[in-house]
Amino acid sequence: MAKLTLADLRALRDATKKGMEMRDAENKGARIIISMGTCGIAAGAKETFDAFIEQLLVRGMTDVLVSQTGCMGFCQHEPTIEVTVPGMEPTVYGDVKGAAVEQIINTHLVGKAVLKDLVLEKPSVDIIKEA
Amino acid sequence: MAIESHVLICGGSACSSSGSNNITAAFKKELEAAGLAGKVEVLQTGCLGFCEQGPIVKIMPQGTFYVHVKTEDVKEIVAEHLVKGRVVGRLCYDPSQAENPHAEANIPFYKKQFRIVLRNCGVINPEKIEDYIARDGYKALEKVLFEMTPEQVVEEMKKSGLRGRGGAGFPTGVKWESAAKQPKGQKYMICNADEGDPGAYMDRATLEGDPHSVLEAMVIGGYAVGADKGYIYIRAEYPLAIERLQVAIGQAHEMGLLGENILGSGFNFDIELRFGAGAFVCGEGTALQHSIEGKRGMPRPKPPNSVVAGLWARPTVINNVETLATIPVIINKGADWFNKIGTPDTPGTKVFALTGKVNNSGLIEVPMGTTLREIIFDIGGGIRGGHKFKAAQTGGPSGGMIPEQFLDLPIDFGSLAKIDSIMGSGGLIVMDETDCVVDIAKFYLDFTVEESCGKCAPCRIGGRKLLNYLTKISEGNGTMEDLEAMERIAKAMCKASLCGLGQSAANPVLSMLKYFKDEVVEHVVDKKCRAGKCTKMLKYKIDPAKCKGCTMCARQCPASAISGSVKNPHVIDTAKCVKCGACMNTCKFGAISRG
Repeated sequence: MAKLTLADLRALRDATKKGMEMRDAENKGARIIISMGTCGIAAGAKETFDAFIEQLLVRGMTDVLVSQTGCMGFCQHEPTIEVTVPGMEPTVYGDVKGAAVEQIINTHLVGKAVLKDLVLEKPSVDIIKEA
Repeated sequence: MAIESHVLICGGSACSSSGSNNITAAFKKELEAAGLAGKVEVLQTGCLGFCEQGPIVKIMPQGTFYVHVKTEDVKEIVAEHLVKGRVVGRLCYDPSQAENPHAEANIPFYKKQFRIVLRNCGVINPEKIEDYIARDGYKALEKVLFEMTPEQVVEEMKKSGLRGRGGAGFPTGVKWESAAKQPKGQKYMICNADEGDPGAYMDRATLEGDPHSVLEAMVIGGYAVGADKGYIYIRAEYPLAIERLQVAIGQAHEMGLLGENILGSGFNFDIELRFGAGAFVCGEGTALQHSIEGKRGMPRPKPPNSVVAGLWARPTVINNVETLATIPVIINKGADWFNKIGTPDTPGTKVFALTGKVNNSGLIEVPMGTTLREIIFDIGGGIRGGHKFKAAQTGGPSGGMIPEQFLDLPIDFGSLAKIDSIMGSGGLIVMDETDCVVDIAKFYLDFTVEESCGKCAPCRIGGRKLLNYLTKISEGNGTMEDLEAMERIAKAMCKASLCGLGQSAANPVLSMLKYFKDEVVEHVVDKKCRAGKCTKMLKYKIDPAKCKGCTMCARQCPASAISGSVKNPHVIDTAKCVKCGACMNTCKFGAISRG
């Protein structure tokens, strides 16, 4: 490798920093949890997962934690994801594939608004209240 | 393909010896099989500190923390965690926390820690300079070379109040200033990595986990004092640290962060390694310089101090590994930020190698001013086996035994000096009621007598004398006059020895006589060792009324000292008995006693 100049070093730091921030569990703002049971994977959850990682990286949104979880129970509406943005109620979206990934990033993560069309109800909350 | 997760595997010496290299290989194989090879990055990091629970595997970004991982477990972690996102509960430190993504923050071992020196240990791959750069590495060097004058760097160090972490606590800024004020010409920076206290491994872990932080600080120091040459004096017994330093120096050279015209600034600095053969006295500055010069490692009288006439009689700054690793952070975040951490006497943090009778032995970093109680009971998880705390030894063989009454003392250089111990380099050995103070003092004196270079009489003769007295006491032949003689010799050694080794070698004896006099007097007057460690004084006896003649003890005895026929009481021949206690442990009827 050639010897670095000051500008080279700064450029290298910026380029490597984003990858490093991903390793950091602290300082994460929003969280996207993708349901990855057998049903989710069969419905394309892995592709959804990859799409989120890719899209967030393109936008430099390294403070978003993308993680998997098991089946959430909405097998009919897989891939299912839960999005938690600080200051907003955790929201569960269903049928998240293709263009939905970008819509969720734009509307929910950036715009801080719930994307109503894709929201799945959270029945368990109501059941707990009634009981 | 973008990376989705990172698997961080501890590659410090402790975890490597418990098989972490095989785990890394297994992860790579399993990920390949699962089709995740391009999505999950596997890397070996430096020491994560929780050596007791190693090998440790950390999965990011979730921060899941797996302990005691074996190669057999890798398949399950890949299949469950990385493919399906299900945490493998049985491998978590606390399985009830398995649901929590920020698992590490919930482990009490980490809660009270604050990491400056170890900031990159366990996060970066120490053999990859890009990882260090990504974590603001060489940013301090940038700032120093292009935005600060050497005087400003020295001023900033003085303002930070950083004190040398090698043991003596000399203010780093003052040391740099003295060297900078010397007339221009050849000057040297030395990194002292000759860590030799029994039980201490802070410097090894720092060099293994984050070698570039030390290199960066040495260049900064060179710029501040006007030196263009640095040596890292490291003991040859640290092969992994040496290997990683060599890799790091090679990479820094390639990138032009070492060598001539660094980053185009016109400043030159180069670093070479020098290996020590493992003599304790070579950790002392002047002896260390002699060793680098190719002479026998012996100290010389001071003054002149090293900053005036050190290596090859040129002005030389010697800084310890931990001191150096702190410096880039101080430059980046400023002296004011650093001042707010720790105590007014000693700002900043301290790394301790916590060992001995604690549940969680390992490498920890806490702000100065943390109490021993917090370190031993909160971070260390208390005393192993439910025993009672007896003493903590800081500063290894040069420190003192700190009794229970000082557990709540906030630790810094000043407070430890007040209770006749020293901070030392950071070894912290915890002792419980099954340890005998005479035995411990004997162990340390044995070490310092062995390691004394023999140049000055107080250390050479005084140390031997103290060891002889301690041996005499442990064998039950001590007298009260011996105790007085020991105190006299110890005080003379402190005053008259040539270097730090002899000046501090008597500390274990002095603290023993000061804080544990009862126990020592018991050895002398009652010929009794309450911990049962001074075996020469012990006598094992079989109570004929309780003995059923089962012959178990006779069969266990390695010295064939027990005789008797079946179903008749047995007898121990005290002349043959080696006092190992095997008979007592094996007796089901409690018929054997020790006294």
